[in-house]
Amino acid sequence: MDALYRDYILDHYKNPRNFGELDPHDLEFHDHNPLCGDELGVHILVEDGKVKDLRFHGQGCAISQAAASITSEELIGMPIEEIERLGAEWAIDQLGIEISPTRRKCALLGLKVLRGATTGDPSWPE
Amino acid sequence: MGAVAQHPLVDVRADFPVLQREFSGRRVAYLDSAATSQRPRQVVEAMDVFQRHSYAPIHRGVYELARESTDAFEGARERIAAFVNWDPACSIFTLNATEAINLVAYSWGRHNVGEGDEVLITEMEHHSNIVPWQILCEETGARLRYVPVSDSGELALDQLDAILAEGRVKLLGVTHVSNVLGTINPIAEITRRARAAGAVTVVDGAQAVPQLPIDLAELDADFYAWTGHKALGPTLGMLHGRRELLEAMPPFLAGGHMIKRVERESSSWNDLPWKFEAGTSDVTEAVGLGAAVDYLGAIGMDAVRAHERELTAYALEQLPEVEGLTVFGPSDAERRGGVVSFAIDGMHPHDIAELCDREAGCIRAGHHCAQPLMRCHGLDATTRASCGVYNSRDADDRLVEALGKGREVFGL
Repeated sequence: MDALYRDYILDHYKNPRNFGELDPHDLEFHDHNPLCGDELGVHILVEDGKVKDLRFHGQGCAISQAAASITSEELIGMPIEEIERLGAEWAIDQLGIEISPTRRKCALLGLKVLRGATTGDPSWPE
Repeated sequence: MGAVAQHPLVDVRADFPVLQREFSGRRVAYLDSAATSQRPRQVVEAMDVFQRHSYAPIHRGVYELARESTDAFEGARERIAAFVNWDPACSIFTLNATEAINLVAYSWGRHNVGEGDEVLITEMEHHSNIVPWQILCEETGARLRYVPVSDSGELALDQLDAILAEGRVKLLGVTHVSNVLGTINPIAEITRRARAAGAVTVVDGAQAVPQLPIDLAELDADFYAWTGHKALGPTLGMLHGRRELLEAMPPFLAGGHMIKRVERESSSWNDLPWKFEAGTSDVTEAVGLGAAVDYLGAIGMDAVRAHERELTAYALEQLPEVEGLTVFGPSDAERRGGVVSFAIDGMHPHDIAELCDREAGCIRAGHHCAQPLMRCHGLDATTRASCGVYNSRDADDRLVEALGKGREVFGL
């Protein structure tokens, strides 16, 4: 089996979970990875301070799309303030593969737009 | 096959030690020359020898060593200018091709383009020949327009004529060879039409100079910009300009060396080309670029072009053997340079490049600094393989093999 393109990574890439648009939604954010042109946006529906539902949308490499898909499954039901505290290591742990420095931006794009939507801060990660 | 096998170019690989390197147990297949070319040892040695033996401040020293350094610098300029058949006095050293185009945008553009005027560029430009004009238009109130690119990757010349005929175009910016599609544009024809319509032309030659014989007198552009680092040399830009325009233009950057005399309140400008070379020049890089054009000249640019056309034709023939692969740009190698962009169904370009790297294949994935062109083709990114004088068919074979393996990893 390939060390990077594992079966579940490719499965999430080919059949991304929680992808599409969500209307109505309370929070949204959109960003891109200038290196390779990957694009990702998120719509979040909030209820009682928690994620009631969310959808990612965009296009990009297997790593960025699988990362968004995998994390989306963990996020439903999560308190918004908890999302604000999620760090890079959490996102990479979710992927479960070793990420080289050149693919780090791909792996973190999902969390970047999540944090953009919840904190309004587009600069993470520096 | 015979033409390439008998070609003297197969021997130049020994001049590029980096091509002997191995990654993952395989010899590197460098197919990213459109981004930057490798440098032959002759260039590296010329820069080394100059620094060890002849380096000194240029133009002002009265001592022998300074004269030697100045001669090396100005001698390089003369050989570089001769390489593209232009007047050395109208051949300006810049930081890179981007700065060369910005020089025109600032020095010529801000004094000749105004509200109601139009700046015309094409949909296949690199960002370096788009963004300076966007800023110029924003500042002056001029309108920025684009010549469309057809699905087959060629400029719509009838549209060019139609826009020029409206009579408002002050400047036309066009690339000689597309860094994404490989298209070779008919520059002499385009500059002739632009001049007839009263427009000044700025040609981006960054991809063209390394792979085509260039005769600037024949192309007849008003400004022609290129860079050394894609032409087997170091990072150093060149701007060739028409004398009467350069003489009428105010300086771009101001400071030392670009002046004749500095009074308390005002100054007068140095002669061409030094009027546009403020501050301390990259003398060693100029020497290196001089060595690079010597190297290319010794091979002969007709031979370089023949070699790369052959390799491109081979790539255009082999790549479609990979299932689900689409090649962009003109299908005829005669009409394109040594750049082949492609997409594979079900695989993102970034992943394709990563999988090729496992076979020590160096290719590029992304928007190639040409986002407007990508959008015209409904794409965010492509994968791009580009050849140089040091490549052989072997690199293309390895690429095709790596792409096949990559598809297997993706379960395609």
